[in-house]
Amino acid sequence: MTGGRAKPLSRLATYAALIVICALAMFPFLWMISTSLKPDWQIVKSPPQWMPEEFAWRNYKLAVSSESTHFPLWTRNTLIIAILAVIGTTFSSAVVAYGFARIRFPGRGALFTLMLSTMMIPFPVTMVPLFSIFVWLGKHTPFQWLGTSKPLWFPAWFGSAFSIFLLRQFFTTIPDELSEAARIDGCSEWGIFWRIILPLSRPALSVVALFTFMWAWRDFLGPLIFLQRPTQYTLSLGLQTFQSQHGSTPWNQLMAASVLVILPVLVLFFIAQKTFIEGIATTGMKG
Amino acid sequence: MTVTRGEFRNLLKGLAFLSPWLVGFAAFMLLPIVLSLYYSLCDYNLLQGPAFIGTGNYRGLLNDGVFWRSLRVTMLYAAISVPMGLLVSLGVALLLNVRLRAQPIFRTLIFLPSLVPTIASAILWKWMFNQRLGVINRVLSPLLGWLHLPGPPWLDQSKWVVPSLALMSVWSVGNTVIIYLAGLQDVPRELYEAAELDGANPLQRLLNVTLPMISPVIFFNLIMAIIGILQVFDTPFMMTAGGPNRASYFYTYYLYDNAFTYLKMGYASAMAWIQLLLVLALTGIAFWSSKRWVHYQGK
Repeated sequence: MTGGRAKPLSRLATYAALIVICALAMFPFLWMISTSLKPDWQIVKSPPQWMPEEFAWRNYKLAVSSESTHFPLWTRNTLIIAILAVIGTTFSSAVVAYGFARIRFPGRGALFTLMLSTMMIPFPVTMVPLFSIFVWLGKHTPFQWLGTSKPLWFPAWFGSAFSIFLLRQFFTTIPDELSEAARIDGCSEWGIFWRIILPLSRPALSVVALFTFMWAWRDFLGPLIFLQRPTQYTLSLGLQTFQSQHGSTPWNQLMAASVLVILPVLVLFFIAQKTFIEGIATTGMKG
Repeated sequence: MTVTRGEFRNLLKGLAFLSPWLVGFAAFMLLPIVLSLYYSLCDYNLLQGPAFIGTGNYRGLLNDGVFWRSLRVTMLYAAISVPMGLLVSLGVALLLNVRLRAQPIFRTLIFLPSLVPTIASAILWKWMFNQRLGVINRVLSPLLGWLHLPGPPWLDQSKWVVPSLALMSVWSVGNTVIIYLAGLQDVPRELYEAAELDGANPLQRLLNVTLPMISPVIFFNLIMAIIGILQVFDTPFMMTAGGPNRASYFYTYYLYDNAFTYLKMGYASAMAWIQLLLVLALTGIAFWSSKRWVHYQGK
């Protein structure tokens, strides 16, 4: 347990403990998949069975195409919000992080501390005023804000504290000589950022993009407050209204829908796991 | 103090790069915080503009039984889920830190649940917690039958609902586990070797080497837990609608209802400010106590 090479007996005990823990962690997933494929009558059967007696793929079809769900539309809405938030957060946070990491100016430290401290502000503190700000914007700009997805992705274009912090940490590890050489060659500050720092930071940028996507995909309170019509709902909000209206009875369909909501996140994780590791490896080699 | 032209140019450049955040901070953070403080001193229902009423909302909250109840519910949840989460994730991280060939697989499997979007885990656990048909009670039924006990009413009874939600929260501690693991892997091997030479047994090594060395990570996770815990909203909203009998009517849930169900924006803002002060006070206490138990390596 202390980082060293363990003795055979304690290795065996560790293996046993980890297998039990992993089984507990996987159990809900497996039960979800199993339920999602069972025909209605088998769900209430006692004792519970792992294997569906017939694979009821229609549960998936029903979950996606039922009258009361707009599953494809909700998926589209969620994707649009997530993609706009990802592009906005990644780009703007990189710009700001560059300022914090690679330009020396008076007041930088204080501003950085201020930015970090905003991470402590709970969302409920700002959500009521944000709501009235978007009402006000709706009256004083040509755009409708409330009841559209704008409040959910527009603020992302002004950087997020967490992403700025992460990128700043990465940018500071890039040797200064690279910037100096470019500066001597007459490269502008923006040019250095765009052509030297950004291409070197792909791993960190993908981490930020990935986290932002995951966050936007699962966000619930934001859509609950700012969206109004069921056709605008995100998957989280849509499924919540569906399950609360139906008293959660079609459990197999609900499990099918849950599988579908989790799937993109898992796929993304398994694709990006490589990027994660490559990112860590490249930074390690530089240091 | 003289500012050279180069310094001035750097200041302008720096501020130019920071400008997206500066604008966003002013518009979506500073302005809302100030507005929230102002609203908290107003009677404000969105349809009519805010009308100043002084400390009326705060005095109202002091006499509001539901407010105190929601605070108690949240604190009870914190008292169960924070220590449980910290212990479980630290324990799992210690196991994952033992050098074994299959560790990458274990690590991935333990991390996966924390990726699940809240709506999916809420629906899933609601199904598993179901008293009569849920898989948890059906798996437990032989044991329960032997002990002559009925299946626990997990989400269906006031006494059970908060511990059940806390238990469920342990499923998705994968994030915290990864943070602990990173901390554990930074502990220099020489320290363990030195301790072993001095005849320290594994437990002594854990208590005297590992824990002090990763205490900054424990502290970080504690602060994150404090900030997060008062904001718990999604799971009770999705799984229990605050019930039964408001036993899972969490702080942020009541705040949300005040703001967007009853349109008492001023009252909700007062709750938001109390929440902010509570977070600051709790982190303050954590920082104050950290002098006694958090050890930073001399850098």
